[in-house]
Amino acid sequence: MIVSADVDSMSAVRTPSKPSRITTNFTVPFVNSVKNVFKKMVKVDTVIGEPREKSVDEPSHDVSAIIGMSGDVIGTVVVSFDQEAAIKLVEAFASEKVDPASPDFADAIGELANMIAGGAKKDLGVMVDITVPSVVIGKGHHIARLKNAACLVIPCSTPAGTFSIEVSLKQHH
Amino acid sequence: MKVLLVDDSKTMRSIQKKILEQLGDVEFSEAGDGVEALAILAGAPGAYGLIMIDWNMPNMDGITLVHKIRETDKKTPLVMATTEAEKTRVLEAIRAGVNNYVVKPFTPELLMEKVKATMTRMKAAA
Repeated sequence: MIVSADVDSMSAVRTPSKPSRITTNFTVPFVNSVKNVFKKMVKVDTVIGEPREKSVDEPSHDVSAIIGMSGDVIGTVVVSFDQEAAIKLVEAFASEKVDPASPDFADAIGELANMIAGGAKKDLGVMVDITVPSVVIGKGHHIARLKNAACLVIPCSTPAGTFSIEVSLKQHH
Repeated sequence: MKVLLVDDSKTMRSIQKKILEQLGDVEFSEAGDGVEALAILAGAPGAYGLIMIDWNMPNMDGITLVHKIRETDKKTPLVMATTEAEKTRVLEAIRAGVNNYVVKPFTPELLMEKVKATMTRMKAAA
């Protein structure tokens, strides 16, 4: 599955480039926000791994929340979970089991992403609007990125399983 | 006491419900946006002892809802629970008439503390 997230064209997915300074700078507020949201609302500690550049053909995990950004910078931040991790984290968040096929599951993932985006927004230091997160569920899906914008992947692990933060942003002229 | 939870996320309404059950004898109503909330309030004027309001919602957002409620009701405690964390947003909400403000993510303890403080303050002022 390929999901278009406010991109110039699908050919953009095939355009390799180095992570921009913007992408690198914006990673810290999102990482901090992820840790804060999971600590307070899910009661788990998040261990942050070594960031790396995501290759153009690499799929995301099984469940992704896409946060679009527009303003002084444009692009997407994706929080992408392994299926098992998503199920366990949603259960801990909602304090009850949630069927991954139900709309409530996407609602819970979306709300987690919404809090992550909101928490990061105040520390970004630029004028930017953040969209309501979209949730994509499906093994091996690809999320298109902006033309000429690389994607930085920050692997994260919790006792419930692994997920990643994918940041792909560039300056808006 | 009747409590109205206004949030477009069903999960978030459920989480708030579980926390606020600690208040004791509480009867909950739920709305997914400001329009639904106004319809519920119109059907039971003055019946709610607390209204929890999210900011970003479809159809009618939380700040518009606060303005609409305060046009006719100055007394019902309103608590904004939102991801909007900037100081300008907090001030805007307070000027519109909210009695307290909780930034998501919150711990259950913080939400209860803010709600209890609001209820106590509103009772003392009555």
